[in-house]
Amino acid sequence: MNNTEIRDFIDNAIRENRVMLFMKGTPHQPACGFSARTAGCLNSLGVQYAALDILPDPRIREELSGLSGWPTIPQLFVEGELIGGCDIVTEMYETGELAERLGVEQPEDTPEPQATESAKRPIGLENRLD
Amino acid sequence: MPSPNELRERIQAALPGAEVAVEDLTGGGDHFRAEIVSDRFAGLTRIEQHKLVYGVFGDEVGGSIHALSIKTSTPGGSG
Repeated sequence: MNNTEIRDFIDNAIRENRVMLFMKGTPHQPACGFSARTAGCLNSLGVQYAALDILPDPRIREELSGLSGWPTIPQLFVEGELIGGCDIVTEMYETGELAERLGVEQPEDTPEPQATESAKRPIGLENRLD
Repeated sequence: MPSPNELRERIQAALPGAEVAVEDLTGGGDHFRAEIVSDRFAGLTRIEQHKLVYGVFGDEVGGSIHALSIKTSTPGGSG
């Protein structure tokens, strides 16, 4: 797969999945604390989302950052728009803005984001980049 | 290896008048947290504010600066 194909794949993933998370590892086995926390925010809100592990090929991250203009991982997109990385997602989760943006109810006690507890299983996005 | 002081100075140079605090989260010189108060953030979305700060370091973020956690606000309040 060449870089253009990787970029097209990423572009499609962003457009075809309403809530799209690019992360290190998977929601069930995150490979980085920042990715774990970001996935945990989505899990705590019980939203369905697609997740792509960027680790299998360094070009995924290069092309993603080229596309989004955002240098770090994770990156969360909602309806094709970059929401942010761990800091912004966590902040929006805590203020209730994330729930509002996703059209879901904010949990009453705003639990600490749980990386492994998942109300709905994330959509396993088939990684065809190998 | 960048130091918190170096990061702080570079952010201040790019955003004159900003109040900047940078902390080395792990002591390893590659995971940082920066809190920045600047009137340059007024009217910008969070994404735009953070991109402005990331822009100071270019390719170094994700490279020699493995992680840069950012909190931005404007002098007046929430930002």
